[in-house]
Amino acid sequence: MTLAANRIVAGEGVAAWAVAPVAQSLPALGCMIAGLVMGLPAALPKLRLGGALLGLGGATGLLAVGAPSLLAEAGTYARVSPAAGFWGLLSVFLLLMADALAQLAPGPILRAGLLAGALGLLAALLSSGALSDLSVAQEFAGRADAFWRATLRHLELALGSLGAAALIGFPLGILCHRQAALRGSLLPMLSFLQTIPSLAMFGIMIPLLSWIAATWPAAQTIGIAGIGFAPAFIALVLYSLLPVVGNTVAGLDSVPAPVREAARGMGMTGWQRLLRVELPLGLPVLLAGLRIVLVQNIGLAVIAGLIGGGGYGSFVFQGLNQTATDLILLGALPTVLLAMVAAIVMDILVDVARRDSTERTAA
Amino acid sequence: MIGGLLRAGLVAVLLVLVLAPGWVAPLLAPLAPEGGPVIYDRASLLSLSLSHLGLVAVASLAATVVAVTLAVLVTRPFGASFRPLARSVTNLGQTFPPVAVLALAVPMMGFGAGPTLLALFLYGLLPVFENAMTGLGNLPPATLEAARGIGMGRWQRLRLVELPLALPVILAGVRLSVVIALGTATIGSTVAARTLGEVIIAGLLTSNTAFVVQGGLVVGLFAVLLHDGLVQLERRLSPPRPGAGRR
Repeated sequence: MTLAANRIVAGEGVAAWAVAPVAQSLPALGCMIAGLVMGLPAALPKLRLGGALLGLGGATGLLAVGAPSLLAEAGTYARVSPAAGFWGLLSVFLLLMADALAQLAPGPILRAGLLAGALGLLAALLSSGALSDLSVAQEFAGRADAFWRATLRHLELALGSLGAAALIGFPLGILCHRQAALRGSLLPMLSFLQTIPSLAMFGIMIPLLSWIAATWPAAQTIGIAGIGFAPAFIALVLYSLLPVVGNTVAGLDSVPAPVREAARGMGMTGWQRLLRVELPLGLPVLLAGLRIVLVQNIGLAVIAGLIGGGGYGSFVFQGLNQTATDLILLGALPTVLLAMVAAIVMDILVDVARRDSTERTAA
Repeated sequence: MIGGLLRAGLVAVLLVLVLAPGWVAPLLAPLAPEGGPVIYDRASLLSLSLSHLGLVAVASLAATVVAVTLAVLVTRPFGASFRPLARSVTNLGQTFPPVAVLALAVPMMGFGAGPTLLALFLYGLLPVFENAMTGLGNLPPATLEAARGIGMGRWQRLRLVELPLALPVILAGVRLSVVIALGTATIGSTVAARTLGEVIIAGLLTSNTAFVVQGGLVVGLFAVLLHDGLVQLERRLSPPRPGAGRR
């Protein structure tokens, strides 16, 4: 049943069992079937995890074996890429893995180790050249320089806007926490900003910034211009403010009143209470806000590609313009990967902070 | 959230922009390139707006129906074993950027309204499903007991008690999904769906800022007004009960 879905050639489908000589593809197919079977019983997370890993191994193995053997029979310009069946199986196995891991609930250190291991494995797989016959990899080989520049720019956009939003958002959140009047007027305004569709926001940013650049030449020298990095960056910061400010307020509010009273009773000043009691205790919620921002901005930064802001979006939209599927994938896959890694890393940080703060409250 | 007067003003601005864009031409003229067109004329803004809103409405409606049905199934006793899996799916799905969903749908479905609709639908599922699960999962047990006590069947309890009580939380999810859909549909014009994004993109390509501002304002106003309208609806429908699981 799952076999018929797996086809591997672009344009014309080739069934999974036909991509390579039977002797080579059989072990990989066996792995995938065994993986699916092992993933079925929900009560045994370890078995499910093993099944998922086995299945992932089988699927990549099949790609590695199938691509060169298919190419050998086709012409020089032939391209091989995984089809819907592969992506479907891939997501099924990833889901099984995520589910099994969620049930096993490993500690933060183990999770960090697992993540590092998975990334290392992925890097080794990609650099080993086993998959370099696939057309996405060929697309990459053609523009490796541009790819790394886009990666850097994407990270700059996502992490830079996160940093800027934290710098602005934390103080604003603390102020909002202290003054209910400010909170009442600021939070609705920020959520209003959040509802504006991203493309419209980028669009409105362009005339605004080019006007600023035209009016104050000084602004131009530090790189503020209507198109490119600056409007994308500012739009991302504006989108990030609501989660940061909102969660800062929520985090500070979550400090239990008796703890606050005790700190006041010990003669702590307002600043001391903030730095040594309220911020450390509210940290998990604060970090959860940053997680939302990071994942959201990695996705939104793709749209920066439309206004010349660079990043993976430039590949996606180039690919869409040329109807080159592999180019789209070259932009979209790393974005998804980046977003998932960011989500996992931030989850680990939130977890660590949460344990820390419960210990503090208990102590 | 927004005062009644402000709301009326925004509606008026939106109506002028969509129905009689000629009126604002003098205001936008300085933004257009020398001698270039000021008002987008390759398609009427009205028809683009209708097609944009139509896409959003169809996708959100379908997503709401499917997501609420799934949430109901998962919160029933027989569906309980699927709950952790459902949670994994929503967690994993939410890290997928909407643009990536759109871009990945193109290779499968080709250009046009199809991939946009699919991306809007898929991405719209998650917020509704998550909120519906929260809403149906956090009902006060005493109320459910009472409903059982007066002899209501399962179907009756669901229809008359559980769904109405969870409605505000579900609606909050629908609002989230509509706002996201509106934004994603804008980007849909890069895959040749007829939406208001077309105006913005045409402006970006010909560096005609007047187009960009027109498209941006219309989409932005639609988003803000729809969001506001749904918030009002939630307020009207939510019974005043303290301590319920609102998000």
